[in-house]
Amino acid sequence: MSTSALYNDQGGAEPAVEAAQESAPTSAGSAAAFGLFSADFKKNEDLKEMLESSKESLKLDAMKRVVGLIARGKNASELFPAVVKNVASKNIELKKLVYVYLVRYAEEQQDLALLSISTFQRALKDPNQFIRASALRVLSSIRVPIIVPIMMLAIKEAAADLSPYVRKTSAHAIQKLYSLDPEQKEQLIEVIEKLLKDKSTLVAGSVVMAFEEVCPDRIDLIHKNYRKLCNLLVDVEEWGQVVIISMLTRYARTQFVSPWQQDAVFDENNEKTFYESDSEERKDQMESKPYIMDPDHRLLLRNTKPLLQSRNTAVVMSVAQLYWHLAPKHEISVVTKSLVRLLRSHREVQFVVLQNIATMSIQRKGMFEPFMKSFYVRSTDATHIKTLKLEILTNLANEANISTILREFQTYVKSQDKAFAAATIQAIGRCATNITEVTDTCLNGLVLLLSNRDETVVAESVVVIKKLLQTQPSQHCDIIKHMAKIFDNITVPMARASILWLMGEYCERVPKIAPDVLRKMAKTFTAEEDIVKLQTVNLAAKLYLTNSKQTKLLTQYILNLGKYDQNYDIRDRTRFIRQLIVPSEKSGALNKYARRILLAPKPAPVLESSFKDRDRYQLGTLSHSLNIKATGYQELCDWPAVAPDPSVRNVEVPQPVKEWAPSVGKTKQAKSDKFYSDDEDEKEEEGSDSGTGNSSSSSSSSSSSSSSSSEESGSESEEESSEESEKTSSDSGKSSSGSEESSTESESDQKKKKKKKKNIKKTLQKRNKQPTVADSDSDENGNGPVKRASSSSAESSSETDSEDSLDSDPPKVQQNKNIQVKSKPKVEKKPKNEVSLLDLDDFSPAPTSAPNSAYVSSSLLSDLEGLSLSNVSTSFQVTTPTFGPVKTYELLHHMTGKGLSAKYHFPRQPCLYQPSMVAVQVTLTNSSDHSLEEIHIGGRNPASLNIHCFNTVERLESEASVTVSMGIDFSDSTQAANFQLCTKEDQFNVSIQPAVGELLMPCTMTEQDFCKEQGKLLGMNETSATITMATASTSVQTVRKQVLSVANVGVVSSSQSTFHRFAGRTVSSGSLVLLSLEVKDSAAVLTINTEKSVVASMLLRDLKQALAQA
Amino acid sequence: MIHSLFLINQSGDIFLEKHWKSVIGRSVCDYFFEAKEKAVEPENVPPVLQTPHHYLITIFRGKLFFLSVIQTEVSPLFVIEFLHRIADTIQDYFGECSETVIKDNVVTVYELLEEMLDNGFPLATESNILKEMIKPPTILRSVVNTLTGGSNVGDMLPTGQLSNIPWRRAGVKYTNNEAYFDVIEEIDAIVDKSGTTVFAEIQGVIEACVRLSGMPDLTLSFMNPSLLDDVSFHPCVRFKRWEAERVLSFIPPDGNFTLMNYHVSSQNVVAIPVYVKQSINFFESGSCGRLDITIGPKQTMGKTVEGLMVTVHMPKAVLSVNLTPTQGSCTYDSATKVLVWDIGKLNPQKLPNLRGSLSMQSGAPKPEENPSLNIDLKIQQLAISGLKVSRLDMYGEKYKPFKGVKYVTKAGKFQVRS
Repeated sequence: MSTSALYNDQGGAEPAVEAAQESAPTSAGSAAAFGLFSADFKKNEDLKEMLESSKESLKLDAMKRVVGLIARGKNASELFPAVVKNVASKNIELKKLVYVYLVRYAEEQQDLALLSISTFQRALKDPNQFIRASALRVLSSIRVPIIVPIMMLAIKEAAADLSPYVRKTSAHAIQKLYSLDPEQKEQLIEVIEKLLKDKSTLVAGSVVMAFEEVCPDRIDLIHKNYRKLCNLLVDVEEWGQVVIISMLTRYARTQFVSPWQQDAVFDENNEKTFYESDSEERKDQMESKPYIMDPDHRLLLRNTKPLLQSRNTAVVMSVAQLYWHLAPKHEISVVTKSLVRLLRSHREVQFVVLQNIATMSIQRKGMFEPFMKSFYVRSTDATHIKTLKLEILTNLANEANISTILREFQTYVKSQDKAFAAATIQAIGRCATNITEVTDTCLNGLVLLLSNRDETVVAESVVVIKKLLQTQPSQHCDIIKHMAKIFDNITVPMARASILWLMGEYCERVPKIAPDVLRKMAKTFTAEEDIVKLQTVNLAAKLYLTNSKQTKLLTQYILNLGKYDQNYDIRDRTRFIRQLIVPSEKSGALNKYARRILLAPKPAPVLESSFKDRDRYQLGTLSHSLNIKATGYQELCDWPAVAPDPSVRNVEVPQPVKEWAPSVGKTKQAKSDKFYSDDEDEKEEEGSDSGTGNSSSSSSSSSSSSSSSSEESGSESEEESSEESEKTSSDSGKSSSGSEESSTESESDQKKKKKKKKNIKKTLQKRNKQPTVADSDSDENGNGPVKRASSSSAESSSETDSEDSLDSDPPKVQQNKNIQVKSKPKVEKKPKNEVSLLDLDDFSPAPTSAPNSAYVSSSLLSDLEGLSLSNVSTSFQVTTPTFGPVKTYELLHHMTGKGLSAKYHFPRQPCLYQPSMVAVQVTLTNSSDHSLEEIHIGGRNPASLNIHCFNTVERLESEASVTVSMGIDFSDSTQAANFQLCTKEDQFNVSIQPAVGELLMPCTMTEQDFCKEQGKLLGMNETSATITMATASTSVQTVRKQVLSVANVGVVSSSQSTFHRFAGRTVSSGSLVLLSLEVKDSAAVLTINTEKSVVASMLLRDLKQALAQA
Repeated sequence: MIHSLFLINQSGDIFLEKHWKSVIGRSVCDYFFEAKEKAVEPENVPPVLQTPHHYLITIFRGKLFFLSVIQTEVSPLFVIEFLHRIADTIQDYFGECSETVIKDNVVTVYELLEEMLDNGFPLATESNILKEMIKPPTILRSVVNTLTGGSNVGDMLPTGQLSNIPWRRAGVKYTNNEAYFDVIEEIDAIVDKSGTTVFAEIQGVIEACVRLSGMPDLTLSFMNPSLLDDVSFHPCVRFKRWEAERVLSFIPPDGNFTLMNYHVSSQNVVAIPVYVKQSINFFESGSCGRLDITIGPKQTMGKTVEGLMVTVHMPKAVLSVNLTPTQGSCTYDSATKVLVWDIGKLNPQKLPNLRGSLSMQSGAPKPEENPSLNIDLKIQQLAISGLKVSRLDMYGEKYKPFKGVKYVTKAGKFQVRS
């Protein structure tokens, strides 16, 4: 150890620093004498001084040594106070090292760690995106529960950051926060939902990772992003690809029907595949309608295929497993070559890939048979690799190639690696049983091996021969005799036991030899291993039964030896056998059956692959590798028998969907077209700046480049822009996805609407283009700037045309100005349905790029201001359905609420957050004389209650009111949802009890359909009653109005005026609810058909009341 | 995902640890040590292990174990690939990946690890980006740093991470613009005792060293692309262009990188450049054996075979050898039982021969199997598959770069059974 170096002249050279760590800081001479602890202690003293010095270089040196300590696992926690002071250092390296230290020790020193928080909070507002990102990284890595709210806030803010890099960091932070405090799940899911909509390739992988960790079961969040993810996939960084592919595999298995039924013909093994249940197949045969693959299913397969060419083995493997689990049988083999290629990679990679191939090759030999030679074993392979290759070769063996394989096996049997040689013998045994043509050859070969010099080889051969003979014992006396001959030379207990068992089992075929073997065993009995003794006793018993004349005495001798054996198993066995075979007065009825018991024909053992049952795990997973269910393993579910509604993935204007009320369509489209619209915007932008060269190639990443550029400009102007309207700032806080949107924002409201509409049109066009777009997406990576620019300009020009046609929508009334204007697309949904056919031409194309800077600065301002108000979720309070009543219920009275009052009503809109939720709008009014802060939803009861909370209302001024929307999953019951409405100071218990009619969604259908469905819901599912109607209400209109006031159902047009029909579905389970009302004078027969009998009876009660009253 | 990383040397000392989530005690490695004990050879340690609360995924590289601790389900290849990427990065930075180098640069390594993963999920793994953030140590820089108190952490944060070509750093400038491509092909073969080829295939790789200013957009095309059967690319290669036109079109990373790997279609007969005549005999009595190996040229396409080397893993019973080579040198390590015959250049006029006796442990049984010979060789200026680069074009920049292509054929896993 060099002890001469003194710390203060080491500068930045690291070897010297190392030396300093080893050496004593104070005096060179005493260093060698240091014990571990004293050395640490003294060094720390010295480090403390250095850290507190004013010289940057000293501090840096000290930090390097501290990090050195951490790296070696030494404790440096006592330096915490000294280190934390440097957190705000200007020197980047010093700062980074301090970060490293903080993250490592913050959990242990929570109080001190809090000192650093303000630095990070400041850094979170830094104009430089990297500083913001790294601050968030460290802040979220500090595992101190107290700062959870700060982290939450920071994450939310960062998720709306203009820089995709910061958004990526926020996606990582989500997972960290979740592991620190799982309570935050709901809020985190909201952020995830928002980030999932992000189109940046940088963000995609990270947010899907967060999704997988926090809420892998919320598959509904993926629907709208599915196509986007598929299209982005090629351009996502490799690690993200792995995560996205594995998530999409799971998704696809829940959303598409099996592509395997039709091509059962292609399945060479012609055995039923593991995943398909019998019933499914039968049903399929009955229906036998041609299978048409969902275009989205195809999209996924097509877009993942190029990734087989990735250099990253994990990506290749994940594509391979995706094909294995999702592709039609005849397409799976495209992955073969790539998998075989991976075998050239590192040993560990080989290991995992071979495991997966082993599983695959059991079900589909044909895939790998042409590559059989790639699995030939080399003497330099590691043992576990050899065994896996052997396994695969055995799986691949068939009549055609068995001779080649056996020749290869012959080489292996001679291997110096004896464990491997033994495994080869077992493999030969398996080939022999599987392929009857070669059984004899194999058996002869194995018998030859019996004369091998190596004991393990012989033993293994005996064991395998035993198994083989058992499958066809008839003609193999010779082999048994041969084995008896070599018996004396075999010492491995298992082998000896096997031979004895064979003798006993087939003693009648070798009547002369067996007693002789027994005689020999009697001599050596006491010296044998337990397992051999047991078999000797067995042999004796069997011989006694078949040939008692010759062996009676021998048997008795052996039984006596066994009786006094040291091992109780053997004593037990001996006692049992004696009672069983030796006739005596006591031995009862069993004695008669002794022969049948002992010499019963025994089923031959099945020699099968150890990978036989591995296919219950998804390929490529840790669980598959270990053959055990790992923590957090997500089961891959079976294909659904019937595909769930594919339109959930639509991101364009939906066609009038039969079963849903128009309002559903509206919100859906509104929510979704955002993605495409942004896409377009982005392309326009890109078209204009693609000349710069740098950001040339990939369009998907152009979003990142363009946003980063605008981000930068924003950050510069940030300081100056002190005053901006509240409205815009809240806008930007809300806008989840960067600058593309920002350009939209900055236009006037009027224009914004136009734009949104334009988008619809675009998406309409786009729908047809969909596949092409997908292609070009991946292509963009491949094509030079020139091509891109031209294509995008073409694109934008065509858009301009379509924009013209869209301009005419009536200006929308904006109520509640300061909340309403959110950029969230749902606000704009209302005018949508008139869009399609209007044709006006006063549209002047908006210069998309011009307003950028102004807008950006305002958004940054909002960044700085935190989340104030921006989180107030907008509601769609606009449309009350045409017939719907607006019954408002009181949630919280202002007396009990200390000035806060809340009312709620059911807007009868499909819930945006989750289709199974009922949308509820809550109007919060502050009737006190001071402003209320942080109004949010607290604890709920029952705890499992699934509520989508409204975003926290940061501040509600006195006399102001705000309407927020939330979603509640009532699970089709009228049980009240109890929760707490909290302000900063107080919390109030409130509850929402829905009328049964609010748990329904209207549903449009024709009269015929109605009758058909009604026909299916008879008997138990039908409830009816006669109602006395108030005379006034007999007109069609009034009846309808009454019914609709009670229940949120859709009117079914009826041919008879006395017959009224209404249809709906329950929100949670989607069960049909059919109402029919036959009016006869003042009486009416009301019939309700639904599976939900409780709903039916309650609905009946409510309707009865309503109709009678009117 | 990846929870913690431990670096362990062959003798079982943990000399570096890094945790990306909460700290996990070193005791978790005990399960690994147990498996290592059982496996005897370090290569035989199973890469994926299970412990009661964690999963351990290990790679063994450069006499070091990189052990990662995992807590939940993850694709094992994901972790393995990443661990190798760490090793690659260390190698890239310091020239080799060994215990000494890591210990000497512990702070830099630690900083690298910090940048490469965030919360166990890979953040920056591209060498170009990392090098912008953390500069690799050079002698000059360490001198300058000592004098000025500067650091090896970049002041400028990398922009590459944000661009759509994350593998290339921005603002590259060279006075000499040059692009070199090495086409390296390896022959994997198993040759029978009798000299028949049991199995042979050609694997190729194109290594590039590109030092071009600005943002060059390169196109590399082949005379005979149909030879290529299966390919994998660096992320920079545009896949669609390859599919459509069979050309490699890419914006290269700066510096050295692997452009593509390929496999030559198996229809083509693989030329085996050398033949080996060998006889290894162990005698039943007298505990000795004889060895006689001769190597001669077979299909060398008229080129010289260089760097010829034969490695034999002898059976355990062989104590020592007494062998005389007619060319080159021959060594035997009695501890590892590895015989190495370094021949050098193959002279077709005078074939190299190795002959002599082997002395065996007395009383040990005659080995069952003769050891197989692993052959190493190199042929310059030849791609054995016949692959040829036809041209390299550059777009996007004005200057004229210097271009060069080099071909080499090597023996990959070339084994002669005896």
